[in-house]
This record gives sequence, structure tokens and C-alpha cells, in this order.
Amino acid sequence: MSDLFANWHLLSFSDDGWGWAMLNGLFSTIKIAVGAYLLGLTLGLFGALGKLHGGVVTRWLLEIYTTLIRAVPELVLILLLYYAGTGAINQLLDLMGYRPIDISGLVAGIAVLGIVQGAYATEVIRGAMRAIPKGQIEAAQAFGMSSSTVLKRITIPAMIPHALPGLANLWLIVMKDTALLAVVGFSELALVTRQAAGLTQAYWVFFLAAGALYLCLTLVSNIGFRSLEKHARRGQPELG
Amino acid sequence: MVWSWIPEYLPKFAEGLWITIQLLTLSIFLGMLFAIPIGLVQVTGPRWLGAIARGFCTVVRGTPLLIQLWLLYYGLGALFPMVPGIRESFLWPILREAFPFALLAFTISVAGYEGEIMRGAFKSVPKGELEAARAFGMSRFTVLRRIWLPRALQNVFPTLAGEFVLTLKSTPLAATITVFDVYGIGSIVRQETYRIYEPLLFVAAIYICLTAVIVLVMGWLERRVPRPA
Repeated sequence: MSDLFANWHLLSFSDDGWGWAMLNGLFSTIKIAVGAYLLGLTLGLFGALGKLHGGVVTRWLLEIYTTLIRAVPELVLILLLYYAGTGAINQLLDLMGYRPIDISGLVAGIAVLGIVQGAYATEVIRGAMRAIPKGQIEAAQAFGMSSSTVLKRITIPAMIPHALPGLANLWLIVMKDTALLAVVGFSELALVTRQAAGLTQAYWVFFLAAGALYLCLTLVSNIGFRSLEKHARRGQPELG
Repeated sequence: MVWSWIPEYLPKFAEGLWITIQLLTLSIFLGMLFAIPIGLVQVTGPRWLGAIARGFCTVVRGTPLLIQLWLLYYGLGALFPMVPGIRESFLWPILREAFPFALLAFTISVAGYEGEIMRGAFKSVPKGELEAARAFGMSRFTVLRRIWLPRALQNVFPTLAGEFVLTLKSTPLAATITVFDVYGIGSIVRQETYRIYEPLLFVAAIYICLTAVIVLVMGWLERRVPRPA
């Protein structure tokens, strides 16, 4: 049993160690997570605006989007969006007379996870926007601000303190969801770990190491979001 | 779109659905049994126990479920054959199956996430109510059974409904360790029929129905719990 845990040298950064491979996997994970998070925030902002101010059709379409995405397992969505997305793009290219392209795993991963994140972010941001007192928006309009100025100067800054806890949660979720991309074969931390563990049979070493890396990301993010929230809430009375 | 494969595979999907439902209900039931003490010791009880519970929640919530699942399945799977005599014991048929590992991983996950929620729930019960119960002469355990736990659960019912939907949506991960749940059956259909979209859409529809069932059942339960005025 002792030899199960005595293989830590496999994680070294020398030629026969997996250290660099694991770190590269970690970087892909961070890249995909950051990209998908930013895409999700953008979709979420427009989704929330559409749900609050859009017409009947927009509201219905967004309702379908958020409901469906939040009811179907991420793993199924990733496969569906990946095949459907690459298929649709290549059909479009075919119609326009171009040759089909190979969509890179990074772009596809970001797009798929971003669309999933967008549905959750829509709900978080919508809730946060509704928490802004109406008088503030009306006051801004009374000053003669255009609606885009109101959005930029009042709505977004006033919404952020309410939205940050939910958005912090979403970031932690997207980081862990990148591991799902391993199932579709994108090379990120989880897939590298599984390959390394399978080849060397040192399951404990690699899965524990990967778990520790994800945990570090989570803990560092927690610290970051806590100080962001403190900054966003400056000048507001303490909660609780 | 070709749907002619459905009648042929329907019995298999029924089996898969049964596996998914078992995995979901058992892990929620067992996980909540652990989550309640995990939440409780963080609010009351000895500090070292609370610290262990908090550490457990942080680790479970801070790492992907997929990694936890693989660690348990492959890691424990590599450990067991080294135990002398285990191949001859009555436990071996169980340990060779993937389902118990999936159940263990999901139970730990539910215990970690819901333990965190129960911590907040126990904390949110007004102190005066607990003191009043004590003043009535209830023992500490009776206070927990009659006042603290019911009031805590009442507060987090809507949250728990959302959490259980998240648990349902993570059950397909079990297919990566050869548990043939709804998603696993869908993968088999994809391989055997060479259809890409239809089995996935069918599987997605099943999960939407299951989500609706969870939301309806939890809503029904919530309405049966009397709300404080």
C-alpha cells in the first residue's frame, strides 16, 4: 500500500515527470474558465436587460433559454452544443462556398461553457438589477441621461454589490465545469490527470494533485472575490 | 431527424432511468443524513469538530465532482485488490460494481454542499426560539428535533429544491465510470445507431421531465410546511 503514495516523483518537473503537463493542463483550464466566464457575463448582462426591458417575444425566448439550460445536465449540453455548433458553422461555411474548418477545442469549450454560464448569469444579474431602488433610475432619467448612460453610470455600478456573491459562485462553478470538457476530449487539467494516472497507474498521486490544484484555484478566487466585494460595498453600511 | 430507434431502446432507457432515480434519491437521502450533523457542528458543538466539518465542506465544494468520482473509483479500486482475502469475501461482488462508488461520491458531494447550506439554516433560526424551548424544559435533543431542525429546514426549502436539481444534473458523470444511467444508455444508442442529435435530445427531454418532477415535489412539500406569519 505504501507504494501507492510513494510515487510523488511522478509529479516532478524533470523529463520523466508529469509536472509540466499538469501545469499546462491547469493553464488551459484557467484560459477556458476565464473565457467562458466573460462570455457568460456578457450574455447574462444582455439577457437580464432583455428580460427586464425587452418585448414579449424577447422575454419568452430568454425564458426558454434560461429554463432549458438550467434543466439539462451540463454534460448533455456540452455534447449537444458542441456537435450542433460545429455542425451549424460548417454548414454555413458550406453554403457560402468555403471549406469546412476544424474548430479548436479552446474556442468550442469557451463557447459551450459560456452559453451555459450565460443562462445562470442572466438570472443573477436580473435579480441584482431589480434590487436597485427605482428612484435612482428615475433620478438619472430626470437628469436627462440617455438609457445607455443610465446603464453605464447607474444600473451597472449599483447592481454589482448585489450580484457579486452570485457571480462569485458562478465563477467557482465554471472552473469546476471545465473538468467536464475532459469527457469530450479537450485537453485540460482533468484529462491530463486521467491520462497520466492511467499510464502510470498512480491514481492517488495524480487525482490528489489535481484536486489540490483545483482547490488552490478556488481558495485564491475566494480571497479575490472577498476583496472585490469589500471594494464594491465601500460606503455602504455593514450587512448583518 | 430519425426517431425509429426509440421503441427498440425504450426498455434500456427504462433501466437507465431506474438507475438515475436510485442514484439521485439514495445519494440525497444519505447525503442529507450527513449534512445535518455537518451543518450543526459548525454552529454549535466543539470547535475542532466544527473545523473538521468546515474543512470537509471546503474541499468537497472546491474540487470538481468528476475528480472526486475518479479518485474514489480508480483510487479505491486500485487499493482493494491489495487487501488479502478480499476476492473471496462476500463484499467482492459489490466492490467490483461501479454503482457503489458513484453512490459514495455523490453522497459525499451532497453532504458537502448541503452541509454548508444547513450551517446557514441552523444559524438563521432566532436564538429566542431555542431559549424559549429550553425554558419549557426540553432537553437539548428535543429542542433540535422539535424546534431547531424543523425551523432550519423550513428556511432553506426553496434552496434545497435548487440544490437537488443540481445533484440530478451531475448524475450523468457516473456514466464516466461505467454506470449505465439515462445518459449512459444515450451514449450506447449514439454508438450503435450512429445518430448524434436524436439520442442527446431524447436524454435532455428525460432530464427536463425529472427536473420538473423535483420542482413539483419540492413545491408540494414546501406548501405542506406551515410558514411563519
